[in-house]
Amino acid sequence: MKGSSLRPSRLPHAGDIVLWLATGLATLLVLVILLVILIDVVKNGAPRLTLGFLTKAPSDGMTAGGIFPAIFGTVALVILMTIAALPAGVATAIYLHEYASPTAWGTRIVRIAVNNLAGVPSIVFGLFGLGFFVQFVGGGMDKIFYGGDKVFGQPALIWAALTMAILTLPVVIVATEEALSNVSPDVRLASAALGATKFQTVSRVVLPQAVPGILTGAILAISRGAGEVAPILFTGAAYFLPTLPHTVHDQFMQLGYHVYVLATQSPDVDATRPILYATVLVLLVLTFALNASAILVRSRMRRHLSRAHG
Amino acid sequence: MNGNDIEHARTAGGRPLSPAAGSNTPRPATKPDGHLAADRPEISPVARTRRLESRRPPLEERMTELAIRVLAYSAVAAMILILIFIAKEAWPILTSAAIHREVTLAKMWFIQQWPGYDAPEHVWQPVSEIPKYGVWPLVVGTIKVTLIAMVVAVPLAVSAAVFVSQYAGRRTREIVKPAIEFLAGIPSVVLGFFALMVMASWFQDTFGFDSRLNALVAGVALSFAVIPVVFTVCEEALGAVPRSYVEASAALGAARWQTITRVVLPAAAPGIAASIALGLGRAFGETMIVLMASGNAAILSANPAESVRTLSATIAAELAEVVFGGPHYTVLFTLAVLLFIVTFGINFIGDQAIARMKRKMGVAQ
Repeated sequence: MKGSSLRPSRLPHAGDIVLWLATGLATLLVLVILLVILIDVVKNGAPRLTLGFLTKAPSDGMTAGGIFPAIFGTVALVILMTIAALPAGVATAIYLHEYASPTAWGTRIVRIAVNNLAGVPSIVFGLFGLGFFVQFVGGGMDKIFYGGDKVFGQPALIWAALTMAILTLPVVIVATEEALSNVSPDVRLASAALGATKFQTVSRVVLPQAVPGILTGAILAISRGAGEVAPILFTGAAYFLPTLPHTVHDQFMQLGYHVYVLATQSPDVDATRPILYATVLVLLVLTFALNASAILVRSRMRRHLSRAHG
Repeated sequence: MNGNDIEHARTAGGRPLSPAAGSNTPRPATKPDGHLAADRPEISPVARTRRLESRRPPLEERMTELAIRVLAYSAVAAMILILIFIAKEAWPILTSAAIHREVTLAKMWFIQQWPGYDAPEHVWQPVSEIPKYGVWPLVVGTIKVTLIAMVVAVPLAVSAAVFVSQYAGRRTREIVKPAIEFLAGIPSVVLGFFALMVMASWFQDTFGFDSRLNALVAGVALSFAVIPVVFTVCEEALGAVPRSYVEASAALGAARWQTITRVVLPAAAPGIAASIALGLGRAFGETMIVLMASGNAAILSANPAESVRTLSATIAAELAEVVFGGPHYTVLFTLAVLLFIVTFGINFIGDQAIARMKRKMGVAQ
């Protein structure tokens, strides 16, 4: 690219050495920060990480046992979240990219909303989930269907998942739009030239080609949803539950929340430290595996596309 | 590529294609679902060309397209609902007499003489005999932590972006970019944990702070969350600078560093500004890191070595224990409105800068 092809053939300028060193050191420092965090967590977390740790429930006031309920809760949360976020996100991207005129005011409003939704602080999502889903929707459902008994009108898995779905909506939209813009205009024109309707072109020609990109978006959203804690503080996460959630209106344990609670509210820090580190390691491995697979899917897609279009 | 291009193709370069041209083709009788594209010569339902249609797409297609249109406004609906429901819970701060007996907006923002205090003071003590809701300690705490995070993150992230986009070879880039994406993927609760368990002790051993958890620890940990945001947008902005600028500069005999500092950086300035704005928005609203690493003491002081309490951490720490609809509850939602408005403003400015940059680069190329 630019750097190599335009580098002068004569000896490097003194200014270049200074700038190269300064920016290179900054880059190195960022990498070192990442490495230090990873090494610390792996070193302290790995010894406690056993099969039993992944499959047992916590015991003895969080100083022994495993984190299975937190893993279960995290998985349940991201599954429900994906079911809610994916259709809405993909539909928004299709509308923005395939249907809407880029200059129409409606399109502009959707874009401003998507961009700003991505910037809303996660704690504000938590308050919104409490005010809207738990109290307004859940409370309303209780009044109508359960004669005022508290069934849905309290923090629950479903409300946490829906709150998280709104938080991850922009991730899905942005990734899907990128995938749609990578589909060559030629195939759209070819499809139209064959007399396909707009919808036939979108659903049978464009979307199938965009699937890897949509998948990337879904994975990134899951990775984000698995790690966020602030939005679920008041909408459904619990410190400790003796049983797994049975229905969507039960509370649940979650890995990130478990880390927060163990780190800040443990009566005996030294006794919980190994468990805390192992939990962080599980959470990191989970989010890293998700991010890595997203990067992999995306780079494959790019390679495939660059081959296809020369 | 958008709908209009296809319309263009379908209408034969602007001249409306006679609907008869397509629909005169005899239709096989047994094609109820229109699988063969050739059976459907209708023009898409884009409003501009609706007048041309002799036959509309089948009902189920139009229904699905309607559903897409409706779902597309889910982000808009979410933004509006968030604003409505946060504002609804905060509203009593302006109107309710019961709440005004304990707290008003004026009492939150103006200095108060509290019983038992020698002089008027800004105090945040919502859970005490006389609840005190002076928000300045929280606002100053938020600004302090955010500033520290930005001072650490911006030089590192912008420098790294310059290095990756201007100097690094292909192989270096393929290591650094995914690594920073990984950094972005670390959940903030993990960064908070790392600051609380590890960094706080290092900092205390190095600088000898009185309080182990303080604004500096929280700010530096927060910068780890800000770096990827600034880096990503910045690197994209630097990469978008037209190659012709760089080539022209090189042709005039400028050294690489001269090209970078006098051509590339000024050209990418709006994008760099946007990256800083987006990073600022992230830092300002981030919750878990500061909740875990800042010490959470609402002290009004400019000293970075003291514990601080930020707006977001206050909401996260206190909401679980408040009476629904009570004064404390209302005040916390008022703080959320403040957070929402400020981050919305910052992000809006950032997005406008990016849009402007894209337009500018588009014209230049």
